[in-house]
Amino acid sequence: MLAKRIIPCLDIRDGQTVKGINFLDIREVGDPVEMGAEYARAGADELVYLDITATHEGRNLFANLVRKIAEHVNIPFTVGGGIRDLSDVDPLLNAGADKVSINSAVVKNPDLIGQVARSYGSQFVVVAIDANFEEDDWFVYVNGGRIKTKRRLFEWAREAEQRGAGEILFTSMNHDGTKNGYANQATAQLSTSLGIPVIASGGAGKMNHFVDVFGEGEADAALAASIFHFREIGIQDLKTHLRNHNIPVR
Amino acid sequence: MKVAIVKYNAGNIRSVYFALERLGIEAVITDDHEKLRTADRVIFPGVGEASTTMKYLKERKLDILLRELTQPVLGICLGLQLMCAHTEEGDADCIGIFDLEVKKFEMKLKVPHMGWNSLENVRGKLLSPEVEGTFVYFVHSYYAALGENTSAMTHYNIPFSAAIERDNFYATQFHPEKSGPVGEKILKNFLEL
Repeated sequence: MLAKRIIPCLDIRDGQTVKGINFLDIREVGDPVEMGAEYARAGADELVYLDITATHEGRNLFANLVRKIAEHVNIPFTVGGGIRDLSDVDPLLNAGADKVSINSAVVKNPDLIGQVARSYGSQFVVVAIDANFEEDDWFVYVNGGRIKTKRRLFEWAREAEQRGAGEILFTSMNHDGTKNGYANQATAQLSTSLGIPVIASGGAGKMNHFVDVFGEGEADAALAASIFHFREIGIQDLKTHLRNHNIPVR
Repeated sequence: MKVAIVKYNAGNIRSVYFALERLGIEAVITDDHEKLRTADRVIFPGVGEASTTMKYLKERKLDILLRELTQPVLGICLGLQLMCAHTEEGDADCIGIFDLEVKKFEMKLKVPHMGWNSLENVRGKLLSPEVEGTFVYFVHSYYAALGENTSAMTHYNIPFSAAIERDNFYATQFHPEKSGPVGEKILKNFLEL
């Protein structure tokens, strides 16, 4: 049976792992390659590395880092952050990344989804969507949650799928950093209306939040950062907990 | 030991190279017929579109070469599908080492079949009995049906060939290079055949 995936997310700035709380207040937590290898040993199903560096030098560090991750980590990993066009994708996939996650660039230029999908295959394209619930709807934000757009979550996710996305990574900005649980209702609505896997992100604080997002939220995968980085929840303990709640895990 | 990875227009060949490196093997990535023919092991990995890839292989006569190899050969993911007889993807005739048809998953399922799924009814030489029931990593939209060469099956709504083998030819639909310690064990088995 296809297992539900647990995905630690590592935010990278200047080649180091950091974790932002509610998209700001960043503190460093450790070496990304070591952390990735340790998560893989602990039973993580996949990893996501997001480059939050704004500088050109930082970006070069990230490309070198991707190669080191590919050398040392024996599970699939996705990389993203700062991808603007196809020429940003090539070096990442050639360095050994399994997928790229693209967020703001595809909101501005939706054709990029199809371009990457045609060049590499849909399974290489994760479309990441940051959305905030306000005025009775989910609005899509870009630039790390700083700029609101007119796009709505469900329409945009459907369009991304039609354009060739292989997976949707949905972060609820309302839930991110709160540790009060995932946006289960919205995740379920996404997951049941799309024909591609949905990764839920934002809000994990307790092991039961994962039970809920896989159950009620019907997510295919759940992503979290700080609770893993600060060892509040161990991956193996979490897998045992999920298994005890009849959720298929590896 | 000389291990050659078949170089062609497919993604993710690097990750196979790195996985072998973790096992202490420095592989060569090549489309040179002589180097492939004289290698101790040949790995035929790949992610990509089947019909364009078959066209690429045929232009370089790599399809004929692969069929004639006598050392252990391991196809991975698209490699497995191309070693079959025919695929629905682009309605292409494939290399035909295995007499199997490759079909698309039904649309009512989430496609691609992506993530970790379990191996069942494990038999044959590549997969040791201890991998029965363990999880390995899959990413694919097409699958090879079950047949007499099936050496492990996996369920994604329907059962399909997770691994196949015949004579010196082995293939896995999953990615051993991305399947953690279980995948490493399988790659090691291949090197020790």
